[in-house]
Amino acid sequence: MTNSELNRFKDKAFQGFGIFCTFIGLIVLAIFLINILIDGLGRIDWEFLNNLPSRRAHRAGIYTAWIGTLWILVLSSVVAFPLGIAAGVYLEEYGKKSRIANFLEVNISNLAGVPSIIYGLLGLEIFGRVFGLGGSLLTGALTLALLMLPIIIVTTREAIKAVPRSIRDASFALGASKWQTIWFQVLPASFGGILTGVILALSRAVGEAAPLIVIGALAYVPFAPTSPLDEFTVLPIQIFNWISRPQAAFATNAAAAIIILLLITFILNGIAVYLRNKWQKKVKW
Amino acid sequence: MSKKPYKLEARNLNAYYGGFHALKDINIAMEEKAVTAFIGPSGCGKSTFLRTLNRMNDYIDGFRVEGDILLDGRDIYNKDIRVDELRKEVGMVFQKPNPFPKTVFENVVYGLKIQGIKDKKVLAEAAESSLRKTALWEEVKDKMDKSALALSGGQQQRLCIARALAISPSVVLMDEPTSALDPISTAKIEELIYELKNDYTIVIVTHNMQQAGRVSDQTAFFYMGELVEYAKTKTMFTSPKHERTQNYITGRFG
Ligand SMILES: Nc1ncnc2c1ncn2[C@@H]1O[C@H](COP(=O)(O)OP(=O)(O)OP(=O)(O)O)[C@@H](O)[C@H]1O
Ligand SMILES: [Mg+2]
Repeated sequence: MTNSELNRFKDKAFQGFGIFCTFIGLIVLAIFLINILIDGLGRIDWEFLNNLPSRRAHRAGIYTAWIGTLWILVLSSVVAFPLGIAAGVYLEEYGKKSRIANFLEVNISNLAGVPSIIYGLLGLEIFGRVFGLGGSLLTGALTLALLMLPIIIVTTREAIKAVPRSIRDASFALGASKWQTIWFQVLPASFGGILTGVILALSRAVGEAAPLIVIGALAYVPFAPTSPLDEFTVLPIQIFNWISRPQAAFATNAAAAIIILLLITFILNGIAVYLRNKWQKKVKW
Repeated sequence: MSKKPYKLEARNLNAYYGGFHALKDINIAMEEKAVTAFIGPSGCGKSTFLRTLNRMNDYIDGFRVEGDILLDGRDIYNKDIRVDELRKEVGMVFQKPNPFPKTVFENVVYGLKIQGIKDKKVLAEAAESSLRKTALWEEVKDKMDKSALALSGGQQQRLCIARALAISPSVVLMDEPTSALDPISTAKIEELIYELKNDYTIVIVTHNMQQAGRVSDQTAFFYMGELVEYAKTKTMFTSPKHERTQNYITGRFG
């Protein structure tokens, strides 16, 4: 074999190896999905979505769970969205050299690596006990907001960093202040990226059970919450609860609930991808 | 003999990027409503000097100036000068066209909007008159609410000039405004500079000797951070005083 033939062979071999690796991941995912779909798809109907929990598997529904999940999603993003973006803007645009900023930066990277159950303990102590919010939706949402913050801060910074120098120069040269430049140019131009980060953070939060179990979210909540101070449950907890029961019928319920949870996650990710593409098309440098 | 008053003056100006001495003892006076060209080899400090004239270097860590820059006799590095006010007086056009990723209209009126002007009629009139000044109005009047990024490179650059003119500066700084453009767009911008001279004081950095010859009244030749020669363009191009200038103009180095 000549040298170039050998290189071409290596090239091919590596390509094959890459495809093989990709497929392993996809196949495992596909097997899992098919399994869940076979188990649970038949169980999903209007009643399942609208029934309250019950000790009898065939009458139990996920109404309280998905309403709880929705509440949690909205509340935690209301908290995490402005805080995370503001923190990202501060760190990227203002606090560049200061010692506080350096200190914050290291700690934010650390936070991103903290296991979610630790956030649960933090939330339990601070929001649940010190603030006296107990096992309410608000405690859960604030706890998950903490969990989302590092992701949002990091993506906000990345998105802001991607706005080219030339756009800022143009704005400054026209007499804009730093704040005007950030508000009218930098944030709009990086909004797609920021939003993508927020949604990815949300889709992570929506699947969390551990921190919510720690703060005392219940598996059995007889009524759907109507205010942020109500007790609640969410889909992952409901799934966890059903899975841990011995009866096969509950396993079917769990599979059905998993499908709904996956659906929510896919929709969120889909929105993220859509927004990213839309903004990328609009903002070209 | 009464001379035209000087619009911009640098006196004993030194500039540093940290420990690097980028501009060395520059003394220059530029006339009002004239075009001054800065020429010189790459890295000699043309952009640095241009950007000190509207304090765009303020954002660079470690950058510092000594000496004075006078605009209409007032030192622009004085403490009680507001940078945003200064930049309303001294506009700037960059090397690469850099329109905002917004509509044509939003681009032109941005400088007015951030001053708090909201009146739709005022904005629309200002947009039209600035676009007419840059001979762009006929080309874009039907595209006012289309993205500025959809314009050609030459149109984008003229849009950037219009955007700078919209806030009625008296000085316009241009840093190699045609180096990213095709010959036809370049010719249009040179024509435009010639027109604008009637109302504005223009300072232009260029690597193109013919361009300097065509558009400027005065030319300043920089070399390694120093102002080597400053004279009427005609004089400099026909009989430069310094050998360096001669060599540079004739293309023997640089
Ligand atoms: N932000 C910066 N930090 C440090 N040094 C810089 C910075 N910008 C420019 N310099 C240095 O200052 C000197 C002058 O740079 P300047 O950009 O003014 O040159 P120029 O004459 O405009 O060159 P060109 O024709 O290539 O645009 C160069 O040696 C450059 O390396
Ligand atoms: Mg330059």
